[in-house]
Amino acid sequence: MDLVYSIIGTILPFEWTQHNFMKNALLAILLVMPLFGLLGTMVVNNRLAFFSDSLGHGAFTGVALGSLLGIVEPLTAVLVFSLFFAGMITWIKHSSNASTDTIIGVFSSLAIAIGLIILSYSGNVSKYSAYLIGDLLSINRQDLSLLVVVFILTLLLWSIIFNNLLVISVNPSLAASRGISPLVSEMMFAASLAAVVAISIQWVGLLVINSMLVLPAAAARNISSNMRAYHLWAVLIALFAGLSGLIISYYGNVVTGATIALISSMIFFVTFILRRYIIKA
Amino acid sequence: MSLSIKKADSLNSRCHKLCCTKLNNFGVNIGENTIFTNVNMHIHCGELTAIIGRNGAGKSTLLKAILGEIAHEGTLTYHDAKDLHTGRPRIGYVPQALRFDAGSPTSVLDLFTACLSRRPAWLRSSAENRLQAQKALANVQAEHLLDRRLGALSGGELQRVLVALALEPVPDLLLLDEPVTGIDQNGLEVFYAMVSALRKQHDLSIIIISHDFDFVARYADRVVLLEKTVVASGTPQEVFSDPKTNSIFNLNAQFWHNLASSARNGECK
Repeated sequence: MDLVYSIIGTILPFEWTQHNFMKNALLAILLVMPLFGLLGTMVVNNRLAFFSDSLGHGAFTGVALGSLLGIVEPLTAVLVFSLFFAGMITWIKHSSNASTDTIIGVFSSLAIAIGLIILSYSGNVSKYSAYLIGDLLSINRQDLSLLVVVFILTLLLWSIIFNNLLVISVNPSLAASRGISPLVSEMMFAASLAAVVAISIQWVGLLVINSMLVLPAAAARNISSNMRAYHLWAVLIALFAGLSGLIISYYGNVVTGATIALISSMIFFVTFILRRYIIKA
Repeated sequence: MSLSIKKADSLNSRCHKLCCTKLNNFGVNIGENTIFTNVNMHIHCGELTAIIGRNGAGKSTLLKAILGEIAHEGTLTYHDAKDLHTGRPRIGYVPQALRFDAGSPTSVLDLFTACLSRRPAWLRSSAENRLQAQKALANVQAEHLLDRRLGALSGGELQRVLVALALEPVPDLLLLDEPVTGIDQNGLEVFYAMVSALRKQHDLSIIIISHDFDFVARYADRVVLLEKTVVASGTPQEVFSDPKTNSIFNLNAQFWHNLASSARNGECK
């Protein structure tokens, strides 16, 4: 790890890279923003923005449960509960005829209500309100090593399940004719989304975490006409917004998550205007 | 007359010699509702079977049950001509419409890659993949559509792309859900002529859900009228002159008479 720190110090000899917490933040952004870009492509394509939003709520409940159970490392509780929460929604969605939006809405409200009640009961609301807006200083070495694992797993998973997800999104019956099981593919997708959200929520913040998933992909979609361009742009936009957001938030002394979200939104509006000049095919 | 006798002969012999697909006692219940029950069908290779019926008669659900997308009662068996792979048929499916919106950055090549290759569609497609997709599209005169976005295609173009995809690899059984919107009468004519030609070219068993009786009368070998179960089945003239068909669709007798006679003339088959 010290080797990585000294490499960063050598390559980027700036004032903001002097501090170890900024080096941690830089590494976190380099690892997590490409994942937001990749997973976001399917969130936007399949209109899952509401679902990914609810994952943030699920993660918040995980924080509360962790504090209630006295788990010292809150990330473990968040991760476990988020995976459970995402799995539940996906499973119920598949085995019920009710509208997906309604199911997500119910679970989302339930999760946030339970979270708030637990925190207020134990008198911890103010202590955990940092999770609402995120805290960059909270990233430690342990989080980073977990992030590396999630990064590798998500890339692997994305290589395996993406084709199936794309066919399902085009037409579920077409997928069935090709022997693709929607439940298996969507479960794995939901699990990777939940893991990335759970790990990032402490420094991005519940209020803006969904914009990390939605905005880079939504902006990329404006200027892409195939999946390769879509992924490339989504990852590049996510990385650019992440890095510029980190630097601006350091010098401007503002919260990082919201700054990244603001930059992503501006990129979205620019690509939205460019759209008519670029997309022809 | 001699023609129809010859045809009947070949139908009988096919059952023993060549391949066929059988639906035995198919039924689907969703919750407490019976969508359809006791559906038996016997489809020979090289035959085009049209399923007709009112809205809500269970036509689309039947296709989904055959695809294995929803649970069903009964069995689906397939017998190969040479008993090479008997059991579950390889199914090609042409959906009626696509679910996602026109703005999606999914190209025709992306869809082919996603269906046919293990290589993720977000990487550059291999030359092999591209060639395979191009050849498949050439079958339906659509190779120029390879790099177009799905959302930018016209209804007729999209239908051709979906047929090309369903034929790669060549299936044992081809299921088609006839497009009802986004395709004009002329486009539908082209669609039917293409499907009819494919049937002969690949000796395919084809099941099509159709809403256009005129095309059914001219192109189908067999017609199945579905209304919770098989109400009538047989050649187009048999089904269209059946009084039960008239009572279900409630159109005037002259209409059915004209259809049955256009089927008898057998033009375009």
